[in-house]
Amino acid sequence: MITLDNVHKTFGTNAVLQGVNLRVPKASSMVVIGGSGTGKSVLIKSVLGLVTPDSGTITVDGQDITTTDRDAFLARFGMLFQGAALFDSLPVWQNVAFRLLRGSLKRPKPEARDIAIDKLRRVGLAADVADRLPAELSGGMQKRVGLARAIAANPEIIFFDEPTTGLDPIMSSVINDLIREIVTEMGVTAITITHDMTSVRAIADNVAMLHAGKIRWTGPVEEMTEAGDPYVDQFINGRANGPIETVR
Amino acid sequence: MIALLASIGAATLGVLAAIGRLAIFTGQTISHLFRPPFYAREFGTAVLQIGYFSLPVVGLTALFTGGALALQIYAGGARFSAEAVVPQIVAIGMVRELGPVLVGLMIAARVTSSIAAEIATMKVTEQIDALVTLSTHPMKYLTLPRVLAATLVMPFLVAVGDIIGIYGGFLVGTERLGFNAAAYLQNTADFLTRIDIISSLVKGAVFGFIAALMGCYYGMNSDRGAMGVGRATKSSVQAAAILILIANFLLTGVFFSA
Ligand SMILES: Nc1ncnc2c1ncn2[C@@H]1O[C@H](COP(=O)(O)OP(=O)(O)OP(=O)(O)O)[C@@H](O)[C@H]1O
Ligand SMILES: [Mg+2]
Repeated sequence: MITLDNVHKTFGTNAVLQGVNLRVPKASSMVVIGGSGTGKSVLIKSVLGLVTPDSGTITVDGQDITTTDRDAFLARFGMLFQGAALFDSLPVWQNVAFRLLRGSLKRPKPEARDIAIDKLRRVGLAADVADRLPAELSGGMQKRVGLARAIAANPEIIFFDEPTTGLDPIMSSVINDLIREIVTEMGVTAITITHDMTSVRAIADNVAMLHAGKIRWTGPVEEMTEAGDPYVDQFINGRANGPIETVR
Repeated sequence: MIALLASIGAATLGVLAAIGRLAIFTGQTISHLFRPPFYAREFGTAVLQIGYFSLPVVGLTALFTGGALALQIYAGGARFSAEAVVPQIVAIGMVRELGPVLVGLMIAARVTSSIAAEIATMKVTEQIDALVTLSTHPMKYLTLPRVLAATLVMPFLVAVGDIIGIYGGFLVGTERLGFNAAAYLQNTADFLTRIDIISSLVKGAVFGFIAALMGCYYGMNSDRGAMGVGRATKSSVQAAAILILIANFLLTGVFFSA
């Protein structure tokens, strides 16, 4: 269970989060939607401690994240960054197996490599990309390597920042299924950010919409279309006219 | 008038804050030396990058500087019939000052800039954040190996620079200025003292520490975007070069003020 209570974050004069409250039950899949630049990435980065909120509390399984042992805390997480954030000096398989090659989860090199190749296959990448450098891959391939890295050490909690942007429809569907499968079969708690409504329906148990620094609406995905909230309605139907301004 | 004072005050506070941040950064870097794990592979790569691959540039710099030094001293010395001191002055000039300072500045240009650009790019593309989420401390994984490698490797580079610099003087002295080879070497060896050599190597270690630390510090604190990377790189080389020259002055004071 992840909870955010009244979380605020301002960059300079840009008040990004202005009192976010959110609950993500264990072994469920939460999808966060919201306009570009509303602070969705900042939201998940604050749970990981990559961004320090100005005020408010964030807990994971009842424990305040500022008082936990950082190493043990982070070992439970996997994160796919919006820009993939692959280490460009390391070949693909060492990116994927990064965690398995050092620290507390260290394995022998051949075993780590086998796991990496298996995870690459799960995100639709053939074994021959394993020895290439990230710079030699397309944007969508890099994204999938980032995804493979996020799931490589079988973490309990995984954050996916726009896992399907830049992918073709078939590959998107493979990734959606993968995320769903990880949640249902492995009991992972997932928070996914996406703009793709097909993905929302395929991945989510619950949906939360971030708007103007607050969670505008949250509830089970089945109730999303009947939310009765003009903001949610405009967003999921992708209409240019409505309460959400198009210049922001 | 008040505005002037206020801006002086603000600038002073800014400088103090920067010194404070740098001191904290230095302290953190050193503290990671005593806390496992130690990333040996990264250290090895840094030794190669900073030490081995800098040898050509260090060698060329030292060779030509030593040669030029010999020509100058010969020409200058001739004015008061002291041409004979070429070997001694080349030796002392290279070992005490020019060797460590020039090698330090070359390393600032070559190593500080590349460290800063690399780490700043990692910062801008969220690779540093990714390291954290993969339970790897960026200071331990990126900063410590580079700073440690530079500190340990620089004395060797400086020693190589000193020797090649003296050799450059020797070449010019024997080939052009008519010195006897054996006598030149004998004079050099007799004149250099142990403290000359120790000071040279200590300076090297300090300059290496400064060069790598500045690269890491400005890289880690880079602003966002390509402009951020550019600014970080520029500032790191500037800071490293100036700090190396200040440290050189202070160390010369420590070693040689009687
Ligand atoms: N490190 C930072 N420094 C300054 N401003 C930042 C920083 N990170 C994010 N911001 C600002 O916070 C706001 C929200 O950014 P964020 O990346 O969370 O948006 P987002 O909702 O993920 O958008 P998108 O859907 O386009 O990815 C933006 O205005 C951005 O400029
Ligand atoms: Mg984002």
